[in-house]
Amino acid sequence: MNNFPYLEKREWIILAVAALVPWLFSFSPYFQGLLILVLLWVVLGNSWNLLAGYTGQVSFGHAAFFGIGAYAAAIPYHHFKISPWWGLVTGGLAAVILGYLLGKLVFRLRGPYFALGTLASGEILRLVFGEEEWLTNGHNGIFYMTTFISKIPYYYLILLIAVGSLVAVKAIMNSKLGFYFLSIREDQEAAEALGIDTVKYKNISLAISAFFAGISGAFYMIYMGFVDPEVVFALHSISIITILVGIIGGVGTIWGPAVGALIMVFVQELFRSSFFGLGPQWISQMHSLVFGALVVVVILYLAGGVVGDWDIIRKKFAGKVLKARG
Amino acid sequence: MSILKITNLTKNFGGLTAVNNVNLEVKEGEILGLIGPNGSGKTTLFNLINSYYPVSAGTIEFNKLDITGKTTNQIARLGIGRTFQVVKPLKRLSVIDNIMAGAFARENTFAGARKVATEVLEFCYLDDVAEMKAGSLPIAGRKRLEIAKALATRPSLLLLDETAAGLNPTELLQAIEIIKKIRGDLGITIVIVEHIMRVIMTISDRIHAIAQGATIAEGTPSEVSRNPAVIEAYLGSDFKVGDHIHA
Amino acid sequence: MTLIMGVLNIINLAHGQILMLSMYITWTLWKFFGIDPYIAIFITIPIVFIIAEGISKYLLHPLLGKDSILPENQVLMTVGIGMVLVELARVVYSSDYQSVQTTYTNKSWYLGTISFNAPLTIAFVISIIMTIGLFIFLTRTDLGRSVRATAQDKSAAALMGISTGKITILTYGLGSALDAAAGSLLLPVYYLYPDVGPLFTVKAFVITILGGLGSTVGAILGGLILGLAETFGATYISMGYRDAVGLVIFLLVLVFFPSGLKRFTRV
Repeated sequence: MNNFPYLEKREWIILAVAALVPWLFSFSPYFQGLLILVLLWVVLGNSWNLLAGYTGQVSFGHAAFFGIGAYAAAIPYHHFKISPWWGLVTGGLAAVILGYLLGKLVFRLRGPYFALGTLASGEILRLVFGEEEWLTNGHNGIFYMTTFISKIPYYYLILLIAVGSLVAVKAIMNSKLGFYFLSIREDQEAAEALGIDTVKYKNISLAISAFFAGISGAFYMIYMGFVDPEVVFALHSISIITILVGIIGGVGTIWGPAVGALIMVFVQELFRSSFFGLGPQWISQMHSLVFGALVVVVILYLAGGVVGDWDIIRKKFAGKVLKARG
Repeated sequence: MSILKITNLTKNFGGLTAVNNVNLEVKEGEILGLIGPNGSGKTTLFNLINSYYPVSAGTIEFNKLDITGKTTNQIARLGIGRTFQVVKPLKRLSVIDNIMAGAFARENTFAGARKVATEVLEFCYLDDVAEMKAGSLPIAGRKRLEIAKALATRPSLLLLDETAAGLNPTELLQAIEIIKKIRGDLGITIVIVEHIMRVIMTISDRIHAIAQGATIAEGTPSEVSRNPAVIEAYLGSDFKVGDHIHA
Repeated sequence: MTLIMGVLNIINLAHGQILMLSMYITWTLWKFFGIDPYIAIFITIPIVFIIAEGISKYLLHPLLGKDSILPENQVLMTVGIGMVLVELARVVYSSDYQSVQTTYTNKSWYLGTISFNAPLTIAFVISIIMTIGLFIFLTRTDLGRSVRATAQDKSAAALMGISTGKITILTYGLGSALDAAAGSLLLPVYYLYPDVGPLFTVKAFVITILGGLGSTVGAILGGLILGLAETFGATYISMGYRDAVGLVIFLLVLVFFPSGLKRFTRV
């Protein structure tokens, strides 16, 4: 059970497939781009899931960590021409520091108030980074000529980060930390009575979560070659989508965010491209609508998400097949 | 020698004094029964000992160490385990995982915690429901799980809050057996709050009785059961106590 | 808003989107039927009330009894609903900016040297009247008392024979209807586009938290404070920090004064 790096056989298979996929689609940078996007959301989803799904602290402000990571890569480049690649290190660290400071404030709040507090923190950062032009170049954003033209190197980089985050979460959840996180999620008072320092462990959870979100932000900067506060600190397209990725896939499951990211990116892209150009044009207008409706349906009928309620889905499906046969 | 020493402990909630100048000593290795009518402050006393509520006045010493003002989790790690009257299982975790969460207080590895948890499971007769979700356990199982979680933290003092309430006669006997084993086999000192007089009179070495937050009697079970103040608190002026609370 | 949060104890992140929806309904009535926004209120309110009742009954209420890992499920549901509403608006009305041009949009009244923008003044007066109406409803009628009782202690209210489920659903509709009225009132002064909602959601939150959850009088005070703070923030710090000021106050109040201004007011 405890063999490093905690991957089971079928997980190795998924990993192998993931490593081969970009070559299968080498003719299509567009498709490779989609896969990179999926993996980016896997990292963010995992990061959020550790804090929300496993520790029960539902953050509505994960864009704060994503954004600070992106700017940790961009600001040294903008001022001193230091390569943004260093952001992969500094981005994670900056997010951890931010997490520590924010934690002091928002961990005084519980439940929905925690959600609101994190939401407000993220929004404040967005406004500050837009306003302080001397530091961040404001709404003009910061540009950077990307290092590689091919998408393949970026794919492997983000795959590495994504796998790293998955393995990390899995390892944590099989350790003392994981048990403590779950105890805090289930009942903070009971956890205290078991000798668990809930404040300390919530901060640890936030730090790890922020670390991965920060790295993914830095990756975004390196890959896109552009940051802008409205993009990287976005409430809707980062913070909220991160949550939805977690919800659809299944909160508190190892593979939930990965599945959620896959569904989110492909459902949206399927509609945005009007079924890859096969359907009528007006379908492309509906991509977010369909995704929103999907979220409503999942929350209503699959509280555990696709992974968490997989058994229910399978049974329903099997039932239908049997009926069709009978 | 005393493992727990409470001196002049007082707790006010706004204008209401829930615990009033209580002095209490628990000797190492004994089972001390804490009795009193509803609302007399027994659970509040527990909540003060493990720092659930901040104390208003007085001190609490554990193994000669002043623990007044320490946090709940520090006190748990120092070796005071407790159960809750309203049970608090970690609902979506399996029974064994619940116990492991407690065991990690003294163990750092998965294997170590698992070993401790397995032992505690057997000790509390929970081994056949080990993989069940704690939220779906019947009440007797939940009560035993409360004890098991607390035991897994390897306490030297255990505070049991109504662990026998709501059990049928067979389950009650099992609960009494477990409590006796905790002291007999593990040598853990116990303070127990219980409403069922038969239980508390048979297993306690000494009884401490409180009413309206203040001590009214202390002694062996037979002494206390003959004490006029105790009899009055329980029978004679039970309605007066009720009036007092509503007033 | 404050009504919904207090009674339902959930955070309605679709609040601004419902406002947006009612603005579009009012706009449609004006554009295609030539109905004046102020008259359209009487049509918009019932429509939005019915829609909100539907949302509450079929989407939010069923979640109450469900066991899920995250207690914030209802909040997340409102996010999903909000998304659907925005996107529906985008599909139906496209992303273009719309506005209502009436004879009084740019009209101003003068009181000495101070000028009052006509639609804003009307909106202000009607809001005050509605708030007073709400206040009377909550304190003087049986139904209003049931709503308040449910807000304070759901299980106790249920023991008193109040059908808390019905009250909860009704309250959501009621809160949304007020929201709809606000939408109609704001239409003559604001541009309308599908993403207008979140701006108002955030403002509504700040006001609610400032005023104290479930407090109507607090909400008025909260609104005033927010308005003043934003103006001062914009004047003395910088224009861009206008919105940040509200958020910072919000965060500080949330952390340090969780009951908001409620302690100074009774309801």
